[in-house]
Amino acid sequence: MRYLPLTDQDRKHMLSKIGVDGIDALFSDIPEQLQLSNIDTLPNHASEMAVERHLSALANKNTAASSVPFFVGAGAYKHHVPATVDHIIQRSEFLTSYTPYQAEMSQGTLQALFEFQTQVSLLTGMEVANASMYDGSTGCAEAVLMAHRVTKRKKAILSGGLHPHYRDVTQTMSDFADYEVYAHTPDPENVESLADFIDDETSCVVVQYPNFYGHINDFSGLAEKVHASGALLIVVVTEIVSLGAVKSPGDMGADIVVGEGQSIGNSLNFGGPYVGLFATRQKFVRQMPGRVCGETVDSDGKRGFVLTLSTREQHIKREKATSNICTNSGLCCLAFTVHLSLLGELGFSKLAQVNHANAVCLAEQIEQLPNVEILTSSFFNEFTVRLPVKASEVVETLAEKNILAGVPVSRLEPASPELENLLLVASTEMNTDKDRETFITALKEVLPS
Amino acid sequence: MSAQHSQGTRPTKLETKFLGETASIKTTFTGNKALNIEEPLLFEVGSYDKSGVDLPEPENVRSRLGGLERKTPIGLPGLSEPETMRHYVRLSQKNYAIDLGTYPLGSCTMKHNPRLNEKMARLPGFADIHPLQPISSVPGAIELMDYLSYWLLELTGAYGVALSPRAGAHGELCGMMAIKAAHTHAKNTHKTTILVPDSAHGTNPATAALLGYKVKAVPAREDGTVSVEAIQELATDEVAGLMLTNPNTCGLFERDIIKIADAIHNVGGYFYCDGANFNAIVGKVRPIDLGVDAMHINLHKTFSTPHGGGGPGSGPVVFSEALAPFAPLPFLIRDMDGLSLRETCGENTSEQHPFGRLAAFHGQMGMFVRALSYMLSHGADGLKQASEDAVLNANYIRAGLRDVMSQPYGDQNCMHEVLFDQCFLKDTDVSTLDFAKAMIDEGYHPMTMYFPLVVPGAMLIEPTESESLSSLDMFIATLRDLVQSAHNGEIERFKQAPELTPVKRLDETKAARSPVLRWQDGS
Amino acid sequence: MAQKLYTKDHEYLIIEGDTASVGISDYAQQQLGDVVYVELPEVGKTFAQNDEAATVESVKAASEVYAPVACEILESNAALGDTPNLINEDPEGQGWFFKIKIANKSELEALMSEQEYGKFVEGAA
Repeated sequence: MRYLPLTDQDRKHMLSKIGVDGIDALFSDIPEQLQLSNIDTLPNHASEMAVERHLSALANKNTAASSVPFFVGAGAYKHHVPATVDHIIQRSEFLTSYTPYQAEMSQGTLQALFEFQTQVSLLTGMEVANASMYDGSTGCAEAVLMAHRVTKRKKAILSGGLHPHYRDVTQTMSDFADYEVYAHTPDPENVESLADFIDDETSCVVVQYPNFYGHINDFSGLAEKVHASGALLIVVVTEIVSLGAVKSPGDMGADIVVGEGQSIGNSLNFGGPYVGLFATRQKFVRQMPGRVCGETVDSDGKRGFVLTLSTREQHIKREKATSNICTNSGLCCLAFTVHLSLLGELGFSKLAQVNHANAVCLAEQIEQLPNVEILTSSFFNEFTVRLPVKASEVVETLAEKNILAGVPVSRLEPASPELENLLLVASTEMNTDKDRETFITALKEVLPS
Repeated sequence: MSAQHSQGTRPTKLETKFLGETASIKTTFTGNKALNIEEPLLFEVGSYDKSGVDLPEPENVRSRLGGLERKTPIGLPGLSEPETMRHYVRLSQKNYAIDLGTYPLGSCTMKHNPRLNEKMARLPGFADIHPLQPISSVPGAIELMDYLSYWLLELTGAYGVALSPRAGAHGELCGMMAIKAAHTHAKNTHKTTILVPDSAHGTNPATAALLGYKVKAVPAREDGTVSVEAIQELATDEVAGLMLTNPNTCGLFERDIIKIADAIHNVGGYFYCDGANFNAIVGKVRPIDLGVDAMHINLHKTFSTPHGGGGPGSGPVVFSEALAPFAPLPFLIRDMDGLSLRETCGENTSEQHPFGRLAAFHGQMGMFVRALSYMLSHGADGLKQASEDAVLNANYIRAGLRDVMSQPYGDQNCMHEVLFDQCFLKDTDVSTLDFAKAMIDEGYHPMTMYFPLVVPGAMLIEPTESESLSSLDMFIATLRDLVQSAHNGEIERFKQAPELTPVKRLDETKAARSPVLRWQDGS
Repeated sequence: MAQKLYTKDHEYLIIEGDTASVGISDYAQQQLGDVVYVELPEVGKTFAQNDEAATVESVKAASEVYAPVACEILESNAALGDTPNLINEDPEGQGWFFKIKIANKSELEALMSEQEYGKFVEGAA
């Protein structure tokens, strides 16, 4: 077996040094009647060539995003990742190292995390950020728990424009921890008035920017009302590229900003691994979940970095920890940081502009179609279209023509039949004029005129 | 003041009496030491008018940003491509890695990460597919998830699996939520307590507490295993479940595990097993056969997906027949129409009671591909051999060090990791931390220290199956030399260590007292 | 004259009339190591005996500080916010945590004198 360095000779020598007759002696604590001799239902070892053949055959059954006109978003976005990013994250020293608990031999990871935290703070317009969460959705649930700790209240209000999966994750976590959630009904028309639901028990209001349906709202007014009642405003950003074009959540008065960072540096990966961004105000830093890296000096007075504020974490506080999170998204943060370093302010703003321009171009062409309405008056790179027929059927028909048209809202909200004609359409820098033309032509064919 | 929630007796203060006595090392104009090159922060080398990415010019369109256009700069520095490459390659060289040398962190399973896994995960048919594109356009992805599930079920003897948890602690949360959901479903409102051994990993009590359970600690026996009698005594009607790591955090297999499981089942509780140490027993015994009801599997430990400097992980949870119906969304179902993915609660059948959703989308697909690539490579025979080699390597280290280092529970066979304590350093003025830091200068990553908390000055060594005999011999010889040194009073070898790293011992107190968590202009 | 009493949780009270200042003992600060952060109770809050009133954190450990007797908080030591090191440097002086109004003086009877506490610590070591 190519991954195992020991030879039979080695094994024999080692057993005699240990002073046992055979390997079974080392497993004697396992109840004998339950020990397995072999597992007949699984195949034996295979060559690299054979494994590659097997897995490639599975991969080839799937339609890759870059191989077709592609307009799917709803919380994960197809962007171009420079080759440099993947090269750096595959360096052994980043790929095969552990969490940087031994700071003296992990300065590479730690400095990159410090850069990541700074970039996330700048993007979100906040004062501090942690070294990442699993993803945006778990970050959202953690933000709500944090708001409960800060305000010592127990009720969260969730916008109807919040990604349904984020809502469900937050709801599940809150149900189990015995916290109250008021989740507004889905709000594709952007008419909700969340301030009406705030009461003395409200610890936080959670909104999304741009929201699930694509709307971009100014939350400054809401922030004032939330703060007046002693609660916190949590702003969720699932398309982080948007922050290159619009005002930051920090500028609108957010207290916690949670983001999905997949768009920068990370592949679609069928949903994971992704990278959760988490930023807040300096005054709440000791209530913030997740690992953080901080600056300090070594015994010669030279600058260095360490994981810090670790008393908040589970390995010390155990049942009093701020969250049970242990692993973060290390390598995905690195990909994020490398990509954002390559882009810089110039590249990042331009990327955002190209995304917005492509989406506007597409929207203008869709608006020309009969019996079709765009619900989102302002948007970044994704908008909601009301079709005259079920969106899921249109998506399936177009998929047969090798066009991935978008996400039918009903896939995430099957309980609301009034949403079944709604289609979320995203367009990034990856889309060409040709892609749009193919899409529009196909839509004309399938929609009743 | 309450008892400390602590990381043990680990010293954190720099001992000033030993500072400033460093041996004279040649200084250079640049501060570089030959191949070891200093690198400032991105914010000190980047510039606001530079980019390493060429993008097309945006089309000239009427903006639809609703008047919320960004008016102020963000402050993100940029670098050209060659500068980016240098910046991060230089940083990478300040890291230790499995690919550089022995990484014996106990309970972390730092095994070789095959590059075939990386290649497979990057196939466009896996890396470049969207979680919400029509399922009809990704049948290969669904098949892969199903095949991975099949391997996990066969290796554990389980009835169901939840693939979506994003890491071990998240899997633990998933397993415990399923237990709580099962009790709620059966209207067992009186079940309010979870038993957790005091040697457990810190995530265990943290998870139980998050779900509103009272945590009751179970003491260890003199030999380091959990006492059946203690469990039987504590297993009252209020007990909802037990969280146990097996093999345990002392590197021992809980030999009374069946009686322990029975005791919990007898009071209507469920048995959660922390699967962090599964690497010792893959292919040797199936956890569900031992009475386990739920167990998370760290794909990034046992099944070789890379640790990546702290993640991403993946923590699927396997379930017994009793708990399988409570697995969260999404899950795979096979019926007359073939294989499909259930993503919403809408269509519940009477058999399934999903407790909710743990994360957006369907789980860590990138990690599923890597883990399956590893499993297929090893096969059933190779996985069993890997477990045996992991256990053999740990015992070989034990045999090589048992006469000079002390074991808290006596010299007994261990599983895939061997536990020492600080007794052998008595009267040397060298602490476990000092000992570990001296290993760094010798080119080794230290073992896990001060864990489990119940063992003073614990040193937990897990070599994994990836170490060769010559590498183990060198490791043993190095540790023996360090022990000798400590007894000879060569204190400076320890107190000043590490001296040969890019930075020396860091001031953790300063970092925690006034946290600086980001770069700031002028700082 | 002020009277000084200790609890078995390594907290002290310096009592004057029906008020007292509360902190952690020199032995406790040594066990904890360098204190990096404290969280103090709000003025006016009331606690029953042994309620968690404050937390104290070092780099490697976190502990709760209990209300040694049923009380109301009169003042919190604001200086600890910026200089938590006072707890290490002068634990039973400038490093006090909070001042309380004692609700029930009879609860003081079970506490230890300075001498008794000294013996108690020796036993623990």
